[in-house]
This record gives sequence, C-alpha cells and structure tokens, in this order.
Amino acid sequence: MHGLINRSVQCFIRDTYGPRMWQQVALDARIGIDDFEAMLNYDDDLTFKVLTAARAALDKPIETILEDMGTYLVSHPTTEALRRLLRFGGETFVDFLYSLDDLSDRARLALPGLDLPALELHEKTTTGYQVLCAPGMPGFAYVMIGILRTMADDYGALVVLEHQGQCEAGDCIDVSLLEAAFTTGRRFELAAGVAI
Amino acid sequence: MSADPICLAGEAFDVLMPMHLVVNGRGLIERAGPTLAKLLPDIPLKDQIFLDVFELRRPRRVEGVTALAARKCARVQLALRGRGGPVLKGFVTALGDSDRVFLNLSFGISVIDAVRDFRLTAGDFSPTDLTIEMLYLFEAKTAVLEESHKLNQRLQAARIAAEEQAFTDTLTGLKNRRAMDHVLERLIAAQTGFGLMHLDLDFFKDVNDTFGHAAGDHVLQAVAQVLVSETRGEDMIARIGGDEFVLIINRMTDPAQLLRLAARIIARLRAPIPYQGRMCHISGSIGIVSTDFYDTPGAGRMLADADAALYVSKHRGRGRATVFDRADGSHRQLKESHKEHD
Repeated sequence: MHGLINRSVQCFIRDTYGPRMWQQVALDARIGIDDFEAMLNYDDDLTFKVLTAARAALDKPIETILEDMGTYLVSHPTTEALRRLLRFGGETFVDFLYSLDDLSDRARLALPGLDLPALELHEKTTTGYQVLCAPGMPGFAYVMIGILRTMADDYGALVVLEHQGQCEAGDCIDVSLLEAAFTTGRRFELAAGVAI
Repeated sequence: MSADPICLAGEAFDVLMPMHLVVNGRGLIERAGPTLAKLLPDIPLKDQIFLDVFELRRPRRVEGVTALAARKCARVQLALRGRGGPVLKGFVTALGDSDRVFLNLSFGISVIDAVRDFRLTAGDFSPTDLTIEMLYLFEAKTAVLEESHKLNQRLQAARIAAEEQAFTDTLTGLKNRRAMDHVLERLIAAQTGFGLMHLDLDFFKDVNDTFGHAAGDHVLQAVAQVLVSETRGEDMIARIGGDEFVLIINRMTDPAQLLRLAARIIARLRAPIPYQGRMCHISGSIGIVSTDFYDTPGAGRMLADADAALYVSKHRGRGRATVFDRADGSHRQLKESHKEHD
C-alpha cells in the first residue's frame, strides 16, 4: 500500500482522536511502526492490521471509521492540499462528479505508484447518479462516501448518498442531487495561497 | 482545401478563445475576450487604441496594426503597456477581406502568476485549454515534492543520529572514540583493573604528504591489523583521532608487562608497509597508564596521564613507550624497544 494511504489513516486517527489514541492503535496493530512515511511503500497487510486495531480501539464499525476518514481528508486543515486538488475537478458539484472518472488517473499523474481503484460515474436520472467503485482496495467506497458528502458541502450542493452494496464490477454508491446550489459553499481560488 | 469562411457569433469566440482581440484598420480595439478584459478591470477595452493598451514585444518594429494585418498568421508577444504583469503570447491573423486583424492570446508559462494576480477561475479558460490540468499538476507536484523534501530531512537527521550512535571507525573497523568512552566507563564502574595505552603514529604525516591520503588510509588499516594481532579479543582498540589510537588492555596492570607489549607493537609498526610498489615507513610512540596507579581511577585522568607519557615518548625521540609515573613525576622509559624483537 502506498505510504500516503497509511499516513492518511495515521493522521486521521491522530487529528481526530488524539496522539494517544494513535499510539494505542499502532501498538495494538503489532506492526512495529508508529509513524508512516507518506513517500514510502508498505505491505498491504499493515493497512489492514491498523484498521482492525482502530475498529477495536474506537469501538466503531469499520464502515463508519472509513467514512469519517473520507470526511477528514477533504475538510481538515492539514489535508487542505487534497481538497484543493479535488476542486480542480470542476466548477460545480456535477462537474466534480464527472471528474471522478479521471480520479485514479489524476492520482497517478500526481504521484506515480499511487494506484486508486477506478471510479465510473453513471447517470441514472437528471439528478440521480451512481458511482461505481472498482474492486482492489476493500473499503475504498466508504472513504469515497465521506469524500463525496464533504465535497458536496464544499460546493454548496445538497445530496443524499447511499452505499448500494457490491456487485461484480465493484461497490455502488447512489448519489441523489437534491439541490445543486443549496448554499454558497466554500470558495476555491485556482491559485494556491490566495487570501479568501 | 476549402477557403470558405466559417461564421461564428462573437459569444462563441468568448467561449472558444476567451483571450481574443479584434482590432480594426484604425488601430482601435473592436472586441476583447472576457478573460483579457479581466487583466484591465478599470478600462473597458472596446474602442481603446490597441497600441496604447498593449506594447508589442515581438515583432518589436511594426508600422501599426495594418502591418500586422499584412501578416497572414504570425506569432506575437504583447505586454500591458506601463503595467508590468504577464507577457502574453499568441498569434495574429487578418480577418477575412476586411482591414481588421484577429489576435488570440495566452499567458504562456506566466499562467500560474496570472491566475493568482487576476484571480482567474476555471471559467476563464476555454474547455479545451489544458491550463486547469497544468495548475492541478503544478500544485500536486509541489505538494509531493514538499512531502519528499520532509522525508529527506527526516532521513538525514536519522543518519546523523545513527552515526553518532555508531561505535565503529569505518576506515579501520576498530572501535571509535565514543565506544572507547563507553568501555572505559564500564570497566571503571566494574572496578576491573586494566592498562591503557595511548599510541600516536610517527611520520604518518610524511606518508600522507608524500604518497597521498589513499596511502595514509592503507597505513592506518595495516596498523589496525598489527594492533589486533598483538592484542587479545578481550582488549579494546579504538582509533580516537587521525593517527591516534587507544588500547585498553584488560586485567593487565603491571607496567613491565605493558611495556613489553608496547615494545612488541612498536617493533611491528617499524616494519615498512608496502603500498602500490612503494614502502611507507612509520613508527609509533606510546604512553602507558594502569589502574594500579590510582586510588580511584577516572577515565579523564587516565587519558590525560597517558597523553602526558606519550608526549614524553615523542619528546625523547619517538619510536618508544613511556609509563606515566604519578608518584615522582618521572617516567620509566623503554628506549629502543624495537631492538628487543629484531
């Protein structure tokens, strides 16, 4: 697993539940690592062990933890870079939804070696969409739900999201767009570091 | 190929080429794309004199806009007159049969600054323009590079820490100063008796100066081999400086015994060391102390006394060993020790 993903799990637990909780999870996971490097690669097994330890330590379903992590990734100040990169996907939430098709390619362009599952957007109705999450990274769909929900807020759109379970092609997420411009959302300047 | 003109409404140009300009035969701006208008928010571009607003950078010499029109399709570079800011790149072409010219411009490499300075958004670029993708990549790569930079700094810090914690002299494989300090401390705390020799090579600088540092390194490695072969496994040999060594001889506190050992070492060191067909000649001077000399031995004191004895060896002509004698300040000396074993 790319270190960036393990590092994300670490930062999420640390920033949300405190450094002590992270120390506890790292210890319980018995992996001999308590500080992941974003720019190194690790065995996939380590990520699984950390998440298993987190589920026990936080006493929450793994789906909830992953969804919270998705929210964290695009809303916490330490991960502002990721939110900005996702906002390059489009000017509206619908544009952003369409940009999901390119997400794994965009990730690879940014960081060769970062292989995210492919996403596919399907239009069901004029306001109903389905995001298909290819297999390869179990639980990724739940992280995506957290990301989609928070990005909708970011764009000021009102959406309802639902995990529809797995099919052969992967995990299905239903996205119902109730109102595209429910609030003004957060501003996005193309240029980084511009005071808003 | 058909030369039929394609008619597009001005609004279509605004979307397809949001940085276009139409300049008429009198040199007045007739139309300007919306993104270009953002560069000069205080001036409505329409009806301005083109050359009042823009300064031609390339071609620099041109006889008005009509001359530009004479060019079929040419590259131009423009700057905003008297404002600094980005250099705009683009092309100019005559517009049909009229005396008007059409320019389409872009920011070129200064796009990143332009986006910041003029607060441009995705809507300011044509959908086919890859500027947004470029900004995305620029930002992604900057973030990745920063993360890599941090990793490098952490690795560097870890390397320095590891080096500080290391106990081995990488050139000779002997222990280093740090290791010696630890061993000394441990032996003293355990109240184990030992002899300590401070060895400084003689004429080592000459070897370095004459044959170069590679020869010097080779000599140090040869010396290390001599020291290892003349001592026992329980003894500790450390290189504590360029050509300085400390030997801790475990449970050997008798000065006479220590002197004999020192004599053997010096005799071995006097043997020429071959290096790339040449012979390097060195020798060694030694100062000796023993825990027996002290009521309560201390590492710092023992090292200082051994150093003092070494100084005497050097002073009296090198190639010899001297035992420090604390009681009367005189020194038992072993002269011409090499002869014993020749």
